[in-house]
Amino acid sequence: MKLSKITPFLAVIVTAGCSTPGPGDAPDGIHDPYEASNRRVHAFNQTVDRRVFGGGGERAAPRPNRFREGVTENISNFSDNFATPGYVVNQVLQGDLGGATVNTLRFAVNSTLGFAGLADVAADLGVTGSKTDFGETLHVWGAPEGAYHVLPILGPSTERDTAGSVVDLFTNPLGYVLDPPEKYSGTAAKLVSRAAKRRQYGDTVDSVLHDSADSYAQTRLIYLQNRRFELGQDVPGDNVDPYEELYGSADVSE
Amino acid sequence: MSQSERMTRRNLLAGIGAGAALLPIPAFSLTNAGAKKLVDSLVADINRVIASGKSEAAMIREFERIFARYADVPTIARYALGVDARRASAAQINAFTAAFKGYISRKYGKRFREFIGGKIVVERVFVEKTYHVVRSTAYLRGESPFIIDFMVSDRSGRDLFFNTKIEGVNMLLTERTEIGAMLDRRRGDIDALIADLRRAG
Repeated sequence: MKLSKITPFLAVIVTAGCSTPGPGDAPDGIHDPYEASNRRVHAFNQTVDRRVFGGGGERAAPRPNRFREGVTENISNFSDNFATPGYVVNQVLQGDLGGATVNTLRFAVNSTLGFAGLADVAADLGVTGSKTDFGETLHVWGAPEGAYHVLPILGPSTERDTAGSVVDLFTNPLGYVLDPPEKYSGTAAKLVSRAAKRRQYGDTVDSVLHDSADSYAQTRLIYLQNRRFELGQDVPGDNVDPYEELYGSADVSE
Repeated sequence: MSQSERMTRRNLLAGIGAGAALLPIPAFSLTNAGAKKLVDSLVADINRVIASGKSEAAMIREFERIFARYADVPTIARYALGVDARRASAAQINAFTAAFKGYISRKYGKRFREFIGGKIVVERVFVEKTYHVVRSTAYLRGESPFIIDFMVSDRSGRDLFFNTKIEGVNMLLTERTEIGAMLDRRRGDIDALIADLRRAG
């Protein structure tokens, strides 16, 4: 309990130490000083994916199975609902009271009418929420992204997001009010829903993780672009104008 | 200042003037409405393919046709090849562009399977730098909706899209990284890259 109270402060101290690129060091927006060790972890993660999910091999197209799809959706809803109080805590910390209100409403509706979150009734009623995490909170608080990181099993991250994930082990209030084993049902549901997603998007994940000529560089680029998009961050070099680069600049005054 | 120096300077100025006259005048005639019209039509075609529930091979063929019709393929291919495009011969560029078109169609066409039962809806248009961005949302079964942006320009002479971003993931940058890695694997041999590309995706 003591540890959980000081963890957010620890994370802030850690992210204050996030390495930032010097001027001109990362013109393409990629700051990856630990590339050598990151590549080793990436290779390990690839092996795990191959062994556990049969990634990279020939696979039959998943046969439509209404029952399995239904159960998977319920578990994924449950996992989402379980995580929602954690989103609310982070949204309050970010000053996003609108988002916090919507997610509180979603949690109330889905936990009751939605059979403890198995059904996303709120979404059917048109109330869709937004997910968030402590990494985003740190971003809102002004912490820099830091260097690119690859975590074992969990995959791509940044120094800021890694610090955020550690804090998020403690941000969900349900972790304090529930007793074991209910306390761990959210984590279990999350793992199942992750595995289901891996199966559902088998080909897409394979194309990046196993078929790509440099899957490390591909994963890094896709992760960083997507994460920055989620956070509404400006991405250096992202608004590509190929005409300007290939055929010279056109002085278009708007 | 000697006579010859002055002449040089004058020649230089004349040269700059002539050069400026030769610069293409940016005919920024594409409007928000025009960009949206292109993407509306593109999305209608894509939605038709998704709804058809055809086989994977048929969907890939459909996607190749759509890609050729709505995208500025030569520009996308040249950008993906990056600085190496400068040392490539015209024949190599042509072969690369054709191979690239097939590769993109297979790579993205395969994913249409995930779109079955879903649809894409065009939302709004805005101007970014020198081009238009048409924002749309994809609604897939059992998935949170996600954003697909199409970047549209008329600098090729026609209204065409030259880039897309899916939840922030930029096709031009992703493909430049991928093609660059493929070329590195072949130690910069463009012909070997083209041969690989014909099988990839």
